[in-house]
Amino acid sequence: MTVGAGTFSGTPVRRVEDPDLLRGAGTFVDNLKIDGMLSLSFVRSPIAHATIRSVDVTAAREMPGVVGVYSAADLELPDAPALMALHPAAIRPSLAKGTVNFVGDPVVAVVAETRAAAMDAAELVEIDYEPLGVVVDMEEALDRGSPAQFESLGGNVVIGLRTGSEDPLAGADVVVRGRFENQRVAVVPMEGSAIVVDPTGTDFDLTVHLSCQMPHVARAGLAKLLGMDQERVRVIAPHVGGAFGAKHLSAEGVVASKLALELGRPVKWVETRSENLVAMAHGRGQVQYVELGLRRDGTFVGMRCRMVGDAGGYGGFGGILVLGQTKLMAQGVYHIPAIAFDVAIVTTNTTPMGAYRGAGRPEAAAFVERIVDMAADELGIDPVELRRKNFIRPDEFPLTTVMGADYDSGDYGAALDEVLRLADYDALRREQDERRRRGDRMQLGIGVSTYVEVTGGGAEFSEVEVHDDGTITVKAGTSAHGQGHATAFSQIAADQFGVPIEQIRYVQSDTALVARGRGTGGSRSVQLGGTAVLQTSKLVVERAKELVAELLETAPEDVVVTGDGRLGVAGVPSKALSWGEVARVAAERGAPLLVQHDTERAGSTYPFGAHVAVVEVDMETGRVVPLRHVAVDDCGVIVNPMLVDGQVHGGLASGISQALWEQFLYDDDGNPITSTLAEYAMPSAAELPSFVTAHTETPSPLNDLGAKGIGESATVGSTPAVQNAVVDALSHLGVRHIDMPCTPERVWRAITAAQAGTLPDPWREPRPEMAGFPREGAAGEELERGAESVNL
Amino acid sequence: MIPAAFEYVRAESAEEAVALLVEHGDDAKLIAGGHSLLPLMKLRLATPTVLVDIGRVPGLSYIEERGDEIAIGALARHHDLETSAVLKEQVPLLAATAHQVGDPQVRHRGTLGGTLAHGDPASDLPAAVLALGGTLVAQGPNGRREISALEFFRGFLETALGADEVLVEIRVPKAAGAGWSFQKFNRRAQDWAIVGVAAVVNGTTGIALVNMGSTPLRATAVEEAVRSGASVTDAAAAASQGTDPPSDVNASSEYRRHLATVLVRRALEEASS
Repeated sequence: MTVGAGTFSGTPVRRVEDPDLLRGAGTFVDNLKIDGMLSLSFVRSPIAHATIRSVDVTAAREMPGVVGVYSAADLELPDAPALMALHPAAIRPSLAKGTVNFVGDPVVAVVAETRAAAMDAAELVEIDYEPLGVVVDMEEALDRGSPAQFESLGGNVVIGLRTGSEDPLAGADVVVRGRFENQRVAVVPMEGSAIVVDPTGTDFDLTVHLSCQMPHVARAGLAKLLGMDQERVRVIAPHVGGAFGAKHLSAEGVVASKLALELGRPVKWVETRSENLVAMAHGRGQVQYVELGLRRDGTFVGMRCRMVGDAGGYGGFGGILVLGQTKLMAQGVYHIPAIAFDVAIVTTNTTPMGAYRGAGRPEAAAFVERIVDMAADELGIDPVELRRKNFIRPDEFPLTTVMGADYDSGDYGAALDEVLRLADYDALRREQDERRRRGDRMQLGIGVSTYVEVTGGGAEFSEVEVHDDGTITVKAGTSAHGQGHATAFSQIAADQFGVPIEQIRYVQSDTALVARGRGTGGSRSVQLGGTAVLQTSKLVVERAKELVAELLETAPEDVVVTGDGRLGVAGVPSKALSWGEVARVAAERGAPLLVQHDTERAGSTYPFGAHVAVVEVDMETGRVVPLRHVAVDDCGVIVNPMLVDGQVHGGLASGISQALWEQFLYDDDGNPITSTLAEYAMPSAAELPSFVTAHTETPSPLNDLGAKGIGESATVGSTPAVQNAVVDALSHLGVRHIDMPCTPERVWRAITAAQAGTLPDPWREPRPEMAGFPREGAAGEELERGAESVNL
Repeated sequence: MIPAAFEYVRAESAEEAVALLVEHGDDAKLIAGGHSLLPLMKLRLATPTVLVDIGRVPGLSYIEERGDEIAIGALARHHDLETSAVLKEQVPLLAATAHQVGDPQVRHRGTLGGTLAHGDPASDLPAAVLALGGTLVAQGPNGRREISALEFFRGFLETALGADEVLVEIRVPKAAGAGWSFQKFNRRAQDWAIVGVAAVVNGTTGIALVNMGSTPLRATAVEEAVRSGASVTDAAAAASQGTDPPSDVNASSEYRRHLATVLVRRALEEASS
């Protein structure tokens, strides 16, 4: 395991987290048992939009084991936590008040001695609903007269805004137009939401075990909502079974906390899988109208985007992402001199929208890479060449884009060259030609995407302490939930102290043990938390060197960290002290080797890459089989290549899945029709091809590690590559676009229409309402700033 | 995701199971592998008050030669079918079909009797037994009776089994050397078929369709066309005749009809090659 002190960074150190997980020693919330703990269950609305006429909990209250049954009227509940409120009129209560706005909206809370008792009682709650008009489709939500959720909004438009260039297509020889659906998907972490709230502890008024990404953020939010001093609240994020942007303090978590305080007993709520699919925030959900203007030679002139974002019920904050990261990244890896970007963000009677792996950036890369491929088809230029022609060049960084993004560093051509080499692009094209010539039943599709995304930004906290036994405790304010921070951050620290990784004890995810932190989201952790650990370790080493210099009567600059984990004098091997000895002396002198440190605020970093997807399309059935996926992702300097590849593999699975399989669907009445994993097409390993992953390493100048985020990049890059591959397989028939997911039936219909000469136009005009939105003003800029700060 | 409360009784024999069904009437439900019933109970879409567990009844998991037939105990699991040497030799269609059901966990729990008695039109094995022209043996209060697979599937999740009967045995004709094919079209390996086709060519041609109506169906129009000498393509064109395929989240009715034509053609081609 020890690979030699001082040489951990950049090597595939095996995960220190795995032994506990593999031995079943995980600390997942549902594993927690506390004496006297109660179980909480919710009665959720089976109707998408309705007035609650009456709630009868009499029979439920009489069930054995039931402690209490509550509707909003029975509890003084704060509003549901919102990472960002889109509109003051669109406020979500923690339990439905007066109306329900989506199927799954919690209406009644049942508390019982056991989970089974709570669920049995929940069955007996009688709620009388008066159905109201329902709007499911985000474009129909724009229509005047569509049923609105909030009367004071006067419709479903939460934000309507026109921004950017007034005439971006001026001077174009050719304009390519497409309407793209970036479909709604469910997050589906292996572990759903889960919380245990314990009011019986002595050190804190409330101890909360929450499956989440950002325990300190959750603590601040919960304390504020409950009117408590946050120093009296402890939030622990134990082992978390995946979060992907969606795990934060939820409405249900607030109800659980309130009930624990009211009842004076610990309360547990663990979401069922059925609940998870309708209650946890969904992601994506945009309709994108995109027009790209080019000169005949392929040079981009300008782009006009008119985008609709689905916020779901109560104006879920994920609706804002279209105006945040999607807009910010609309220029992609290219020079596009003028861009217009109009948005409509609407409420619908569906599960509220939130952040999901990529959170706005995959939506941007999807439409940019799609329209570029359409343009390549239109102009008869190879999609690779068209991309190269318009790339931002390596010598242009740092660069502020038309959209206001401060790209830190990049070499888009290098990533593209590498991915084409690994995929053997020319050979693939030759094989495609042969199959077309032969009229094979299985046609080949080759999809290329080149992307850039945005990660991190901000500051992070770390604490490092050397103990008198020579062990070192390292803490960071980030909060891993599968990523492997304990391994990566220990590598970073071990290198500074020259000790084996086993000598590091890594602590995170507990507000009682870590002074502060922003948690994990937006692929921020290594670049900010890792940098914090690096800087703090260096500060501790510096202090130790000063002490050793004094003890060994030499100058601090002559003290070095030896290869055997001690502090010695350069060139005098016999003169050295162990870390334990130094720590002991430091403690005796009243200044233990402990440093708390916050990094300075850093700008966001911009990871990028290039993907090639190869698919086979069965021309008789429309079935798409992904054959290969080659990903070259540049996340700057890599700390642990094995962890990075793990992130890439997971990201690829998510991204490929959006292109081919996943979509959360409702019927016209707002009933979810993909509400179990039998209908909601989460793929398994059996559906996915073998991945080829590689990396170029272009350092970021914005942090000491040179690192950029990697948790979401592969998702951003892979979706458009696969979608482009499907369309590419049929491009010789004249097919120009197929919406995601590229289901067998959709692909079959495209083939059939192409053969019949009835292919639909991939373009139509967006709703006229969008032309009437105000142009960007002070209010809009404020919203945009808010949107950019939501980086999950 | 927690079922409503129920009583649980374990039957030690088919006779005891029948007696328990008689005793508890409509409140009782048989459970074997549980892979159809338990999900419905967890979603509280099924709320039987008595579960009669026949999963451990001894002597009902056999797969054996019996004259011109292979006899299979109703409790034989999909995994037993897919790995049975005698089945692979004598009725390879059934072994190959079992191999495509669900995933390994499902195949280790689910039983042939259970999937037939559940009668889901989207399940694979009922269509295979139907194409083979199998015989089902039911045990009731008055002893055993035989039901032809052709008569067994009555409606959506409805079979010829009486409320007090237990399916105990399935027999299919030996077909060593016969042509056969099982075509399953789905989006994910573990999914039910969007459309499936079981075909066996053994002097006569038997073809059955998965998920093309409210029950597993014989493609009689195709069989007739083959009998009267039509080409494979022409015969396959009749695949959706007499069917009423559903429209759902995976496929429209129209697309299912198209798939049936393609898959029947492929099945006939494979079975006759």
